[in-house]
Amino acid sequence: MKDNKLISSVKEAITAAGVKDGMTLSFHHHLRNGDYVLNMVMEAVAELGIKNLKLNVSSIFECHKPLIEHIKNGVVTEIETDYMSGSVGKAISEGIMEKPVIFRSHGGRPDAILSGESPIDIAFVAAPTADPMGNCSGKYGPSACGSIGYAFPDAMAAKKVVVITDNLVPYPLVDYSIEETYVDYVVKVDKIGDPSGIVSGTTKITRDPVGLMIARYAAKVIEHSGLLKDGFAFQTGAGGASLAAAKFLKEIMLEKGIKGSYALGGITSYLVDMLNAGCFEALMDVQCFDLGAIESIRTNPKHMEVSAQRYASNYYKSSCVDSLDVVILGATQIDTDFNVNVHTDSNGYIMGGSGGHSDTAAGAKLAMIVAPLSRARLSIVVDKVLTVSTPGNTIDVLVTQRGIAVNPNRPELKERLVKAGLPIVDIHDLKKMAEEITGVAEPIKTGDKVVAKVMYRDGTCIDEIKNVITK
Amino acid sequence: MIIKSKAVSGTMESNDIFVEIEPSQKGIEVEVQSIVFNQFGKQIEDTVKDVLNSFDVDNALVRVNDRGAVDCTIRARVETALKRAANEVK
Repeated sequence: MKDNKLISSVKEAITAAGVKDGMTLSFHHHLRNGDYVLNMVMEAVAELGIKNLKLNVSSIFECHKPLIEHIKNGVVTEIETDYMSGSVGKAISEGIMEKPVIFRSHGGRPDAILSGESPIDIAFVAAPTADPMGNCSGKYGPSACGSIGYAFPDAMAAKKVVVITDNLVPYPLVDYSIEETYVDYVVKVDKIGDPSGIVSGTTKITRDPVGLMIARYAAKVIEHSGLLKDGFAFQTGAGGASLAAAKFLKEIMLEKGIKGSYALGGITSYLVDMLNAGCFEALMDVQCFDLGAIESIRTNPKHMEVSAQRYASNYYKSSCVDSLDVVILGATQIDTDFNVNVHTDSNGYIMGGSGGHSDTAAGAKLAMIVAPLSRARLSIVVDKVLTVSTPGNTIDVLVTQRGIAVNPNRPELKERLVKAGLPIVDIHDLKKMAEEITGVAEPIKTGDKVVAKVMYRDGTCIDEIKNVITK
Repeated sequence: MIIKSKAVSGTMESNDIFVEIEPSQKGIEVEVQSIVFNQFGKQIEDTVKDVLNSFDVDNALVRVNDRGAVDCTIRARVETALKRAANEVK
C-alpha cells in the first residue's frame, strides 16, 4: 500500500517534490486570467529562497504580473511559453531578463517536452477537481474550466507532478482527465482561481459592421473553396470577426445540409451550437472559452477533450490539426509574402504569441487570416512583419473588408474565388488601399538585445524579438 | 484668424482625435500625444500646423491627443476647434 499523496500546503509540496535552484517548473493556462496557482507556487518558492528557476508556462496573462518581481529578484531566470500578454510581456520587451524568452507553439511545446528537448522537473497542475490519489479533471468544481488539454504533456513528462485543487473529492474520481499514475502529490487549497477571469459568461459575436462584412466574406470563401462538403473539419478563434464567420458558416451548412466531421481548438458556445445543430459530429477541445463550452464538455460525449500533443503535434505520427480543412485566424500584421505576426504590437512590444496559429496554418488545407484593412491608422498589410510568427507559405488567404488576397502559391483557389464573384485583390494593392487612407507609417526602431526567440513548431528558430527602446 | 478663447473638439474614441486650442502670444505651439506617435507623430504635427497656416493663425497653443485618426479626421477636428476658439461657431 502506498502512502496518501495529500500534502497540507503548497510550500510543503514544493519541498517534498524537491524543488531546487536551477530546476524547471511548469504550469498550464486553462484558468487564464483568473489563475491563482502560478503566483501561489512562485510566492512560496521565493519565500523558500530558491533561485535561477526556468518556468515553462503554456501561456502568461496579466494576472501573472508578480512574475516581474521574481525575475528582478533572480528567482526566475528563464521562461518558455506559447503566449504572453499584459505587463509581463511589456517588461520582457523592455529587457528585464538576461536570457531570451523561448516562444513555442501549442504543438511545439508538447513536442519539446515529450521528446526530451525541453525537460520539466516539477509540473504543477491546476485542477478544478481531484481525488486524493491525483486523478483530476477541469470539468467539475467551483473553478471549472472544462478541458485541461495543455496540462497533459507536463504531467506525462515531468519528473514530479503536483496537483493543486480547490475541490477534493473521494477516490476514485470517475470522469478524470489526468490519471493518478502520473501524479506524486495533491494539495488542497482554498481557491485555485477567480471564476470571472477563467471564463466569460457568454462569448459575443461582433456587431461592428466592418467585422460583419469581413465575416461574410470569410464564410463565402469557405463556401466556394471546394472544401465545404460532408466531413468538413473546422477551427476558428474566439475573436469577434472569427465567431461571426462561424455564425454565417453555420447558416450556409444548415441551408445546404452539410454534415461536418469535427471542430477543433479552443471551444466556444458558438461551436457547441453548431455541434447541437448537426453541423459537426464532434468537438475536439483543448481549452474551453465560456460556460456553454464547459457545460457541453461535461455532458455531451461528442464533445471530447484532447491533449496538447494530440491537438497540434508535429513530432508524433499525426495530430488533429493534420485533418483540418479550414482554419480562421487573426493577425496583428501580415506582409506581402503572407508572413503573419501575432507576437508583437505596432511599437514592438510582446502582446501575444503563436498559440496554435502556426500549427493549424500548417495542418489545415485552407488557412485564412481575417482582419480589418487598418487598425488605429496602421495598415494590416506591411512590407515586412515586425515578427514572423507563422510563415507565409502556410497562409492561403487574407480576408479584409476591402477585398480578399490569395497567396500566389494557391492559383487554383484564386480561380475558384474569382469564379464565385468574390472581390479578389493582389495583396500589394490591399497595402496601397490602406495607405491611401492611413498615410505611410514611419518604420519602428528596435534595440539590439534579443529578448525572445520564436521557435517554429518543428523546433527551429524562425525569428528573434528585439528589445523596445524606451524614452 | 485670432484665437479668442479656449476651445475643444473631437473625442477620445478609437480612430478619433481630441483637440484643445488656447490663445497664446508666443506664436504657434503644437503638442502631440498619439497611440501611433512612433509611426505618425511628425505627420500629425505637420497636419495640425498646415490647418493653422491655412486659417492664417499666428498665435495659438494646440494640444492633440490622437487615437489613430486619419489625416482628414485630424484636419476636420482642428478646423472645428479653431472656429470655436475664434468664436465663429459654437
